[in-house]
Amino acid sequence: MKNVFRGLGLAAVMAIAGVANAADFKPAVVYDLGGKFDKSFNEGVYEGVKRFTEETGVEVMEFEVTNEAQRQQAMERMVSRGATILLGVGFAQADAIDAVAKENPEKQFSIIDVFWLDQPNLRQYSFKEHEGSYLVGVAAAMASETGTVGFVGGMDIPLIRKFACGYVQGAKATKPDITVLENMTGTTPSAWNDPVKGGELTQGQIDRGADVVYHAAGGTGMGVIRAAADAGKLAIGVDSNQNYLAPGKVLTSMVKRVDIAAYQTFMDAYKGKFTPGVQSLGLAEGGVDWAVDDNNKDLVDGAIADAVDQAREDIVSGKVTVHNYEDDSNCPF
Amino acid sequence: MNEVLLPFILTLDATLRLATPLILCAMAGLLSERSGIIDISLEGKLLSGAFAAAAVSTVTGNVYMGLGMAIVVSVAMALIHGFACITHRGNQIISGLAVNILASGLTVTIGFAAFRQGGQTPPLSADERFGPIILPFADALRDVPLIGLLYSELLSGHKLIVYIALISVPLVAWLLFKTRFGLRLRAVGEVPEAVDSAGISVTWLRYRAIILAGILCGIAGAYLSTAHGAGFVREMSAGKGYIALAAMIFGKWRPWSAMGACLLFGFLEAASSRMQGVELPLIGQTPVDLILILPYILTVVLLAGFFGRAVPPKAIGEPYVKEH
Repeated sequence: MKNVFRGLGLAAVMAIAGVANAADFKPAVVYDLGGKFDKSFNEGVYEGVKRFTEETGVEVMEFEVTNEAQRQQAMERMVSRGATILLGVGFAQADAIDAVAKENPEKQFSIIDVFWLDQPNLRQYSFKEHEGSYLVGVAAAMASETGTVGFVGGMDIPLIRKFACGYVQGAKATKPDITVLENMTGTTPSAWNDPVKGGELTQGQIDRGADVVYHAAGGTGMGVIRAAADAGKLAIGVDSNQNYLAPGKVLTSMVKRVDIAAYQTFMDAYKGKFTPGVQSLGLAEGGVDWAVDDNNKDLVDGAIADAVDQAREDIVSGKVTVHNYEDDSNCPF
Repeated sequence: MNEVLLPFILTLDATLRLATPLILCAMAGLLSERSGIIDISLEGKLLSGAFAAAAVSTVTGNVYMGLGMAIVVSVAMALIHGFACITHRGNQIISGLAVNILASGLTVTIGFAAFRQGGQTPPLSADERFGPIILPFADALRDVPLIGLLYSELLSGHKLIVYIALISVPLVAWLLFKTRFGLRLRAVGEVPEAVDSAGISVTWLRYRAIILAGILCGIAGAYLSTAHGAGFVREMSAGKGYIALAAMIFGKWRPWSAMGACLLFGFLEAASSRMQGVELPLIGQTPVDLILILPYILTVVLLAGFFGRAVPPKAIGEPYVKEH
């Protein structure tokens, strides 16, 4: 009987400790346009958030912005609701998080896809997308029968040019005489959400001979994958694993492990190990990769897989340096 | 010769695909405005139709059910517009705008609640969408110079709704200018008093006009999400309703000229996506920004420079009051 009471007491103490911990620690995330089930970038973050919640039992406050003006408001609201660590998603939230982080020096902030801010309480994650794009460029060049491959970008910004440049480098390193067609969907944020235009751009590239088309265009990319699949050609997905969207018609996906960034942010803060500064995740860190699963394993047969593995080895060992467009705003290929 | 022509014909092919929703919406706007009702709500009807089509197709797996529901929803939106501005003589622009705002908010909210995908519908598989229709002899005629290519690449292989859009133009022209209903409809947009004194209901005529407009917009919406696209994405109408409205005014409230304007807008959009990154003589690689603003610049130039006076229907925008 005594033991039972002691056990109960211990459980109560532990419960109280747990509650105290949970009360002090309140994570929040602000998803960007597209929403948390966009089958791409935001959904990747959501995966990381979900993993964190499953492992720790701590609920994460969430907000999905539906227009550009809401970003800063949403962050301020999260902070005023007691968030202790706030994760921003995407470069578009950079200005908002910069302002909110400055106003709230006692809170912790983290943002994905940004590396140029400078706040003592802000962690920034940048990905070496050019390295991942190089890998899928190698795969595209290997899979292409026509000697022409395509790229469809979302909004025309340096980040997307960085994807394009790595892709071109990978393709040309594999087949020097390959033609790479490049299109951007637009110059405003609506370029991330225009699948009809994405489909038309893809159709245009296919008409000009492309048989593998890589997209870095958020929701617009759904149109790219659909158009490629309809025409019996191959698409390459981006950000999260999109191979399942058209099984057998998506060659592979350039996965950006934003889930790792989200998970790490909250886990580090949860354990009291949060540090500001820039974290750069590349092939060596497992931050970017190509996706192979049941949907595409027949497409990426031995030769393609070997070439991609070789390319990965060369990049990790430093034998091949992938050019980063953001270093000099120029793509030499 | 075929190699030289092919890119051009493929651009025209894309023109047809991109102009289809514009043509349907422009015909809808034409019917409505000819009866004296300003139809700013094309955009909202298009968007709600697109959502209804995608949502019903994905749930039932039947694309025609989706098309039917798109028409029902779009007509319902048209009736809201009509109830406010025909029955209650409200301001037509404000009520149209209200329909647009309603559609923009409602589609995302219902989509979010029903599918939990951030306001999108799940991507549609091939049999939940309209498939291409290959016209007879398309393959056999392919090798005939010029005509074969035009027939097999440009005319054949489109989705059902593209052909519906093309047929809708002569149909609307016939309805407006060759039938008694059309005569009355035009009269009610010019001198409603005359129609009223002939013992014909102005209200019922105008309601019929906006219901027809609703049907056409619903078909256009189904095209966006279940034929051209593969699923609903928030705000996927992307201003097409407004462009159609502009095209209709550009076409001076006449079916064939309006269709011409829609094809022009479609062509500019098709050309802009195809000219990106193409090497041109003298200029070199065409800059992305230039290509993207080209349709807008051309629109302004065309509207300002080559556009004579447009005379709208005389009674447009004025609610009909039976007794003064």
